[in-house]
Amino acid sequence: MFEAHALAIIFVTLMGVAVLAYAILDGFDLGVGILLPLSQEDDSDTMIASIGPFWDANETWLVLAIGLLLIAFPAAHSYIFKELYLPTAVLLISLVLRGVAFDFRAKAAFSHKPTWNKVFKIGSFIAAMSQGYMLGMYVMGFESTLIAYTFSIISALGVAAAYAYIGACWLIMKTEGDLQIQAVNWAKTMGLVCFVGVLLVSTVNPLINPEVLTKWFYGPSTMYFLAVPILCFSLFVYSQYQLRKLPADNDQGCWQPFVAAVIIFILCFVGLAFSFFPYIVPDKLTIWQSAAAPESLNFILWGAIVVIPIIISYTIFSYWVFWGKVEELRYY
Amino acid sequence: MLETLMLSRIQFAANISFHILFPTITIALSWFLFFFKVRFDQTADPVWMRAYRFWVKIFAITFAIGVVSGITMSFQFGTNWPKFMETVGNIAGPLLGYEVLTAFFLEAGFLGVMLFGIKRVSARVHTLSTLIVAIGTSLSSFWILALNSWMHTPQGHEMRDGVAFPVDWLAIIFNPSFPYRFSHMLIASGLTAAFLVAGISAYRLLKGDDKQAPKLTLKIAVTVAALLTPLQIFMGDMHGLNTLEHQPQKIAAMEGIWHTEKGAPLLLFALPDEANKTNHYEVAIPKMASFILTHDLNGEVKGLNEFVDNHPPVRPVFFAFRIMVGIGMLMLVIAWLSRIQLWRNKPLPPWLLKALVMMSFSGWIATLAGWYVTEIGRQPWLVSGILTVKDAATTIPASNVGLSLVMYLTLYVIILIAYLHTIFTMANRAVEIEEITDEERIKPVIKKPIRRKRNYV
Repeated sequence: MFEAHALAIIFVTLMGVAVLAYAILDGFDLGVGILLPLSQEDDSDTMIASIGPFWDANETWLVLAIGLLLIAFPAAHSYIFKELYLPTAVLLISLVLRGVAFDFRAKAAFSHKPTWNKVFKIGSFIAAMSQGYMLGMYVMGFESTLIAYTFSIISALGVAAAYAYIGACWLIMKTEGDLQIQAVNWAKTMGLVCFVGVLLVSTVNPLINPEVLTKWFYGPSTMYFLAVPILCFSLFVYSQYQLRKLPADNDQGCWQPFVAAVIIFILCFVGLAFSFFPYIVPDKLTIWQSAAAPESLNFILWGAIVVIPIIISYTIFSYWVFWGKVEELRYY
Repeated sequence: MLETLMLSRIQFAANISFHILFPTITIALSWFLFFFKVRFDQTADPVWMRAYRFWVKIFAITFAIGVVSGITMSFQFGTNWPKFMETVGNIAGPLLGYEVLTAFFLEAGFLGVMLFGIKRVSARVHTLSTLIVAIGTSLSSFWILALNSWMHTPQGHEMRDGVAFPVDWLAIIFNPSFPYRFSHMLIASGLTAAFLVAGISAYRLLKGDDKQAPKLTLKIAVTVAALLTPLQIFMGDMHGLNTLEHQPQKIAAMEGIWHTEKGAPLLLFALPDEANKTNHYEVAIPKMASFILTHDLNGEVKGLNEFVDNHPPVRPVFFAFRIMVGIGMLMLVIAWLSRIQLWRNKPLPPWLLKALVMMSFSGWIATLAGWYVTEIGRQPWLVSGILTVKDAATTIPASNVGLSLVMYLTLYVIILIAYLHTIFTMANRAVEIEEITDEERIKPVIKKPIRRKRNYV
C-alpha cells in the first residue's frame, strides 16, 4: 500500500504518460486528417488507410487521460472542465464527427464520400484547434483577458500545426511515391510553423507566470532542465536538415523524421510538466490538494500495474501487424 | 427558460441515450461475429466468411460511433455533475478506471487486427482477435453496470464527512442489484443484435437476394431471438423482484399503485394523475400485480403513499415500463412465429419478413425504455440515499449548457440518420453484388468439417 503523498505523484505521472501517448498517437492521426487533400481521392484513401487500424485505440488514450484526471484528481477535473466547458463541447463534437466520418466515407453511398472526407478533415482540424485552445487557456490560468484569448488562439494554431507536422512525418514513413514527396513538403512547412509556436509558448509562459520563470532560471535543477529546450530546438533544426534529403534511395531513413517528431513532443511535454508541477491547476490546486482517497487510488493502481504493460504490449503487437507501407484497406 | 439543472439532466440523458444504442448492438454482435468466424474455421464454407464480412462492416461503424459518443461521457461527470465525483468519486472513479484499463483498450487494441488484419495474421490469431474484441465489449458492460447498480443499491462503503469511502470492493462491485441488471442488459444486447441481424437479413431477402448468407444469418438470428426472449422475460421478472426489495417506490411507480393494497391489479393501461394521486382510464387484470410481485393473489404491494416526496415521477416510469414489456411480447411472438416456420422447413412468408424488417431496431426502443424505467425510477436520487440529482448539479451558466445541448442534439440527429441510411445502403449493395457461386445456390447438405487452405478470402 502506498501512502497519499506518493500516490498523487504516481498518478500524476501515469496521467502524464497517458496525455503524452494521446498527443503523439492521436496527434499523428488528427494530423493526417488535417492534411487530407480533398481534391485527390486516391491520396485521401491511402492516407486514411495509414491510420485506419489505429485511430480507435489512439483515442482511447484520451479516455484514459481524462479518466485518470477524474479518478485521481476529481476536484481538478471539475475545475478545469467547468472553466473550459464550451471548448470541451466543441472538441467532443469534432471528435465525434471525425470518427463517424471515417466509417461513413467508406460505407455510405459513393456520392457522399467527398462530403464525409470534408467532415473528416474539418473535424480533425477543429479537434486539434480546440485542444490547443484548451492548452493555451490552461497555461494562462483560465484568465478572461484579451491577452489570454489571443495567446490561446495562437496556441490552437500551434497545436494544429504540431499535429499536422507529426502526421506528415507518419506519412513519410508509411507511404511511397508522389504522396511521400508531398508529405516531405508538408513536414517541412508544418515543422517550421510548429517551431515558431513552441518558441512562442516557451517565451510567453515564463513571462506571464513568475513561478515558472523562477523555476526555469533560478531553481536548483535549472542546469539539467535547460537541456530540454536546447535539445528540442536542435531536433527541429536536425529534422529540417534531414527532410531535405528525403525521399532517399531505398527509402533509407524514412522513419527518422517521425522519431524526431516524437522526441520533440516528449520534450515539449516534459517542459510544460516541469513548469507547472506540483500544480495541477496552475497557481490554484496542487496534486495533493485535489487527490482522491488513498484506498481508492491503491485499488486502481494495482490493476494499472498489471494491465498497463499488457496494453502496451498488444498496442505494439497491433503496430507490428500493420508494419511497413500502407496497403489498400479492406474489411475482411 | 430552463435552468441549469434541467438542461444538464436533458443533456446527460441525451448523451447517454444516444451512446447506449451502439454498445447495445456491438456487445452481442461481436459474439455473432466470433461465431461466424469459428464456423468458417471449422467448415471452410465460404458462406460463413460472407456473413462475417457483411456484418463486420456494420460492426465497425457501430463500434466507432459507440467509441466517439462515449468520450463525451467521461467529460460530463466533472462538468455537469461535479458533486457526483466529489461525493462518490472514490467508488465511481476506480470502477470507471477499470473499465478503461481492462475493456476499452482491449477492444480498441484488437479491433484493428479484427477489421483489417486477416491477410496479415494467421487465421487463428484473427479468430482470437475477434474473440478478444467480444470479451472486451462484454467486460466494459460488466464495469459500467457494476457502477450503475451501485448507484441504485449502494453498499460496501462508509460515509465520512459526507464523502463515500470504499470499505469492501467485492461488496461494491457485486452489490444486490448488479447480477440482475447485468444479465438483463446482456440479454437485451443479445436481443437487439439478433433482431438487427434478422431484420437486415430479411430486408435483403425481400429485395430479392438469393444468396445463401442472408438466409443463414436470418436463421441464426431468429433462433437466438427465440431462445433469448423467454429468458429475458424470466430475467426481467427476477430483476423486478430485486427492485421490489431494494427500491419499492420504483415498482409502485411502474405499476401505478398510489395506495398500499392487498390483491393489487395489473394495469395494462392507465393514465396516472400525479396531482390527484390516482389513475384514469384503467384497463386492469385483478390481483395480477400482487401475484407477479409477491407470488400470492392477495399479497400486499406498497403504494406511492408510503414514499411521500421520495418517489420518482410516475408517468414516465409507468409508460416506459409498458413500452418495454409491449416490445418484449412482440419480440416473443415474431421470433417464435419465424422459428416455427423455419422448423417446418418453409420459407418465411413476405408479411413475416416485413415484420422482421420493422423490428430491426426494436431492441433499441426496448432497451431505452428499460433504462428510462430504472433511471427515472431512481429519482430524486442520483445515488440512492446518498446524493440527490439536484445537489449534484453544476454551477455553469444555463446558456452554456443550453448551447452545448443544442449542438449535441443536432449532431445526434445527423449521425442517426446517416447511420440508418448507411446500413440500408450496405444491405442494398450486398443484394446487387454478384459474388454468389453455383455451389451456394444448392441447399447445403450437412458438411463434414473439412480443413483446407483458406485462399478464397
